[in-house]
Amino acid sequence: MTAVLVVEQCLNGLQLGVMLFLMAAGLTLVFGIMNLVNLAHGSLYMVGAYLSVAFLEMSGSFLAAVALALPATLVVGMLVEVVALRSLYERDHLDQVLATFGLILFFNEAVSIVWGRAALFTSVPPALGGFVEILPGIRYPVYRATIILVGLAVALGLALVVSRTRVGMLVRAGASNRTMVAALGVNVRLLYTVVFGVGAALAGLGGLMAGPIYTVQPGMGEEILILVFVVIVIGGIGSIRGAVVGAIVVGMVDTLGRAFLKPMLATVLSPPAADSAGPALASMLIYILMAAVLYFRPQGLFPAVRG
Amino acid sequence: MASRVRAVTAVAGAAALAAVPVVAAALQEPFYLDLVRRVMIFAIAAVSLDLILGYGGMVSFGHAAYLGIGAYAVAVPALHGVHSGWLQWPLAMGVSALAALVIGAISLRTSGVYFIMITLAFAQMLYYLGISIEAWGGDDGMRLARRSRFGGPVDLADPYVFYYVVLALLLAVLALGHRVIHARFGMVVRAARSNEARARAIGFSPFRYRLAAFVMAGAVCGLAGALLANQTEYVTPGFMHWTRSGDIMVMVILGGMGTFVGPVAGAVAFLLLENVLSAWTVHWQIILGPLLILVVLYARRGLWGAVSGGSLGRG
Repeated sequence: MTAVLVVEQCLNGLQLGVMLFLMAAGLTLVFGIMNLVNLAHGSLYMVGAYLSVAFLEMSGSFLAAVALALPATLVVGMLVEVVALRSLYERDHLDQVLATFGLILFFNEAVSIVWGRAALFTSVPPALGGFVEILPGIRYPVYRATIILVGLAVALGLALVVSRTRVGMLVRAGASNRTMVAALGVNVRLLYTVVFGVGAALAGLGGLMAGPIYTVQPGMGEEILILVFVVIVIGGIGSIRGAVVGAIVVGMVDTLGRAFLKPMLATVLSPPAADSAGPALASMLIYILMAAVLYFRPQGLFPAVRG
Repeated sequence: MASRVRAVTAVAGAAALAAVPVVAAALQEPFYLDLVRRVMIFAIAAVSLDLILGYGGMVSFGHAAYLGIGAYAVAVPALHGVHSGWLQWPLAMGVSALAALVIGAISLRTSGVYFIMITLAFAQMLYYLGISIEAWGGDDGMRLARRSRFGGPVDLADPYVFYYVVLALLLAVLALGHRVIHARFGMVVRAARSNEARARAIGFSPFRYRLAAFVMAGAVCGLAGALLANQTEYVTPGFMHWTRSGDIMVMVILGGMGTFVGPVAGAVAFLLLENVLSAWTVHWQIILGPLLILVVLYARRGLWGAVSGGSLGRG
């Protein structure tokens, strides 16, 4: 029984980690390349979730919703970059924080005007319903397993694109010395817009997959955004590898902490004390982890090499 | 010339704030008393943030944490029947200072964007902690049975007395802040902001000075939190929500950072704007958001910078 529970919770942790990675990848790329702190990244996650719900209602097909929502989020991201963020790259981080804070207010309010403030609920698409037997005797929801697989595939694909393709080479070059890249005749503006759009689409993918398992509501982006900050601070800002490791670690620690901290404490403390200390400690666990990592490595586990 | 304009404006502002209760009483609009008192409480919080943000260059995105700690330091003793303000308010400042010491000691090891994210994450940690403590009302928070008691003529239940207490504290914070910033200590903090390498070269270790400023700002914001709890007569984890940190930061930037009048002007402008816009539409944030972006893009020195013509901000 407990072994089953442990495996299940580990998979849940992996699933949360994968979602966090989808967000962290875009955020860390945008920071690494454009030197932009984008608080509004969570808003793109939210936009992805809402658009997929809307397209699902319109078309009735999950696949069609995915096929429409992803490019739509990409376009929204590129529009945001061109309209609001492009002129902020040379500004200091404080200006970026404020402007993207303004964007968050705008997006949350826009979403609640169109879809209302109440949470929307969508169900898991029928094709992905049910359970799959992962190990003998251990059944896991197909939908969550799919999230894990999609996330791992995206991580692998992203790593290949960044390390093996021409675009990836430009991205890496842009991260280490953008002036030089521009001097060599690369259209840096376009590169930035594309990178931002791809980051937005990844966040949108996260939001889209989150729809059926979390609630879709205004402000949903910020809840996950702050976890993502913890992820990239732990992993090292600007590093994809750091984003992968940080996301998995945070996903695992958070999920396992919530599941097992209370029973573990109950073996040491009295049950009422464990009842009150468990959840409190579990909710603080990843921040304590972050503080510990920073204490020993102020630049995170995998600091990006900057030129 | 500019300094004279500034001095005149500052005195006129203080006089205007002192006159508000008289005007509100004459107009029989107690609402304004309430609104301006709230504005002044947030002005104290904004001034405390400006101390580290504007003068120290530390972009703390978790300042609302101390607002929450200060508020809980009033409400938790009250829950156990201790209503004395002589105990609650120093407790608010003490616990906030302690929290700032721990958060600062860890966060100040980093800089730049790491610092922004870490302070944000710590504040959010305290927010979730507040939600998970059922004994203190969890998500719903708790009502304050009565305002802090000081004895004698200082009765905060009287809205006018409370108003002047807040005004006096605001002026005291401004005066103290002004002294600190222009003392040797403040010089070092500002020097470390404008050129850390040179500050080190002449023999200062910026870390200790920054940490001291960070703790000071936390303590003052804790006081604002204690006032806020008395103002609203309830406390929720929402006091610590990260959007609240964002609001305080916006007040500082909107008014003009690296000045003392700026954050006060920013608090006035922000809360009045909120008041006017939210009366107009429930979706007022859809106007505020783009407005913020415009301010960042085109009015970088803030309101006070535009009025006074000079600021110590990022020149």
